[in-house]
Amino acid sequence: MLPKKTLLATAVIGAMLATAAHAETLRWTRSADGLTLDPHSQNEGPTHALNHQIFDTLLYQDMDVEYQPGLATEWYVSEDDPTVWVFELREGVTFHEGQAFTAEDVVFSINRARHEDSDMRGLLTSIAEVRAVDEFTVEIVTHEPNPLLPNNLTNLFIMSHEWAAEHGVEDPQNFTAGEETYAVRNANGTGPFRVVSREPDVRTVMERNDDYWGIDHYPMEISRLIYTPIESASTRVAALLSGEVDLLQETPVQDIERLASAEGLKNEQGAENRSIFLGMRLAGDLVQADLDDNPFADVRVREAMNLAIDATTIQQAVMRGNSEPAGMIAPPFVNGYSEALDEVLPADLDRAQALMEEAGYGDGFRVTLNCPNDRYVNDEQICQAVVSMLARIGITVDLVAQTRSVFFAELPRDEYDFFLLGWGVPTMDSEYVFNYLYHTKEGDLGTWNFTGYSNERVDELTVAMASEVDIDARNEMISEAWQIVHDDIVYIPIHNQMLTWSMRDDIEFQVQSENTPHFKYLRFNN
Amino acid sequence: MLAFLIQRVLQAIFVMFVVALISFSLFHYVGDPVMNMLGQEATEADRAALRAQLGLDQPVVVQFWHFIVNAAQFEFGISYRSARPVTDLILERLPATLELAIVSAIFAVVMGIGLGIYTALRRRSWLANFIMTASLIGVSLPTFLIGVLLIYIFAVELGVLPAFGRGETVRIGNWWSTGLLTASGLRSLILPAITLGLFQLTLIMRLVRAEMLEVLSTDYIKFARARGLSKRVVNLRHALKNTMIPVITIIGLQLGTIIAFAIITETVFQWPGVGALFITAVRFVDVPVMAAYLMMIALVFVVINLVVDLLYYAVDPRLRAQGGGK
Repeated sequence: MLPKKTLLATAVIGAMLATAAHAETLRWTRSADGLTLDPHSQNEGPTHALNHQIFDTLLYQDMDVEYQPGLATEWYVSEDDPTVWVFELREGVTFHEGQAFTAEDVVFSINRARHEDSDMRGLLTSIAEVRAVDEFTVEIVTHEPNPLLPNNLTNLFIMSHEWAAEHGVEDPQNFTAGEETYAVRNANGTGPFRVVSREPDVRTVMERNDDYWGIDHYPMEISRLIYTPIESASTRVAALLSGEVDLLQETPVQDIERLASAEGLKNEQGAENRSIFLGMRLAGDLVQADLDDNPFADVRVREAMNLAIDATTIQQAVMRGNSEPAGMIAPPFVNGYSEALDEVLPADLDRAQALMEEAGYGDGFRVTLNCPNDRYVNDEQICQAVVSMLARIGITVDLVAQTRSVFFAELPRDEYDFFLLGWGVPTMDSEYVFNYLYHTKEGDLGTWNFTGYSNERVDELTVAMASEVDIDARNEMISEAWQIVHDDIVYIPIHNQMLTWSMRDDIEFQVQSENTPHFKYLRFNN
Repeated sequence: MLAFLIQRVLQAIFVMFVVALISFSLFHYVGDPVMNMLGQEATEADRAALRAQLGLDQPVVVQFWHFIVNAAQFEFGISYRSARPVTDLILERLPATLELAIVSAIFAVVMGIGLGIYTALRRRSWLANFIMTASLIGVSLPTFLIGVLLIYIFAVELGVLPAFGRGETVRIGNWWSTGLLTASGLRSLILPAITLGLFQLTLIMRLVRAEMLEVLSTDYIKFARARGLSKRVVNLRHALKNTMIPVITIIGLQLGTIIAFAIITETVFQWPGVGALFITAVRFVDVPVMAAYLMMIALVFVVINLVVDLLYYAVDPRLRAQGGGK
């Protein structure tokens, strides 16, 4: 037996080593802060990314964008009724302020997110009712069978009902109320980190939640997480180079090489869930051009444009290699992706010119291309490349590149004949693409279809795939719909964006395609 | 005196009204806040409902009237972006901007006057020529470039000063947070203050130099020299004092410019002041914040000009005689 003193010393040293290994601060930066800590008030990327550190969801997408159990341990469609999803909840979970987590909190949170002042309700329109069956089982009833319901819940954060009632924040922020609610700057989640202090747009300090239900399941090596958004790209990079931050999300394309060669730093790259493509008005008269008829209405013109636009050159010259040229508007990890349809055709100017002549536009025509200049990676430069590529087949393009807030105000007013747009697929299923981009624009469907494209069969398939529960039949519908829109050349796909995160080289952390880091997975190699 | 004051105040109110009208009509060209406030899954009906909730569907004249009535009571509503009262946001961030503006103004005045005197007195020395040439760079380089250069040299290459932020702050009272009392706060202040003050520095320096050269060639300076007064007394008491009148006028007017131009410096250095708040607001079409900021800047200029006018009135007997005669 060891003498008492040695034993004590060993214990002390052991404890010190243990804390040394786990007392690590991570300083994290990206361009924009989360807008609010109220998890149901905004449906926005940086806001969700921040809230994922503090709150949990029933299920979430891990760093490989695979679905993983969060506060739910299991979920399945009820055997008796295809419109009922059953969620079995994790037991023994507590909120940061000590309240016990139960089914009632889940019912409360989902209903709060369905409230008319919540920006999350667009994802939850299929829900008819949410009910607690017992303390740890929740049933969600949908109007029609909805095979994708769980995919819509990955950013649905669970709040404590008791806490919300105590602070009068049972409803999300209402902008006419004219005052700040308690939930904007205070949060009580069940997540891996708890908020220590928050100054919006300046600094948010979080510390590890040592009572986290997944403390033994995840690395959880960060003891303190400091989030400081930096808007200016060059300052953001300088802050990493000078060692004032440890991890930089959204590295600017022009700095990727520089950071790769910097001592003590490294880049991590991966595909982003965002496709960039061109859309054009296919039906009716053009409003920005003075032409007798609409050349875009002719599929041969669209094919000629597709052949003239060289996505590979854009990848090399504009994106410096940081993109994946694409043939369809869905990245490879989305259900319904097809390698055959994603094939990028090499540019073929002779064939393109022949098609233009066949369509009666041998002498070309003149149109306006509208483009955001601060929304997607190198968006304006992509448009400039498109302008010169289309000039080669006689299409004269006037480029109008504007800031995102003007672009996204004018686009929905149907003011554009020809535009560049980007699209992500948060549900990881093709139905989302058809619902918003391809379905005829009517009512709640086709809300982002500014092309005027309307195909009865595509509409039929879109509606059917939303409620089909037989997986094989459903996948067949999806691939039929993709084939139709591919043959019709509704959009001209350019590429899928790539994401780059830069960090200290002793950090082990991979890029997540949704651009949502889960810091509970981060490891330090020291 | 009273009539003059009332006249000036009425003019100031009119200017504020015009600024409000111009900025308000500009807001219709900066985009649609509703598109930013709702996610891409929102339907047309959702957007229309929010537009109605915010009163954006009402005629512009009605919106403007509501805005003026509220602004007169310092009530600017709630930020579309952060869901917090605009008055709180601005008050919270004003100390950062004021500290930066004051420190860079002091830097510009002290260095500007000092270098101005030196280059006037030693105008043939190589150092004075070098300073004059270097000051051209200060005038011609855009602020953001100076900021980026300073960050690159002092933060990235030398690693001696922070690249962004305000460092640690200490709270004084309810509203004021200061970075002047902590080491990291002071270190963080150096680069942004130089960036913001460099243009004013060169302006003041060139003004002081030109005025000094003019005064030095006047008869009373020659006479003072002839009296055998020491160089020091001639240069600093007789000459400098008389160059100060236009310089002080310019400094007063430039203070407003420093506060307004802090926008760029604050963005480059992620300085949490009202300028950075404004830029973020423009990106998001956060109309309440944009409106309040523009009104605040207009107010700063109007107040400074009003004070300058009143000072002239006090200094210049002719203005008084005119007012009194009527």
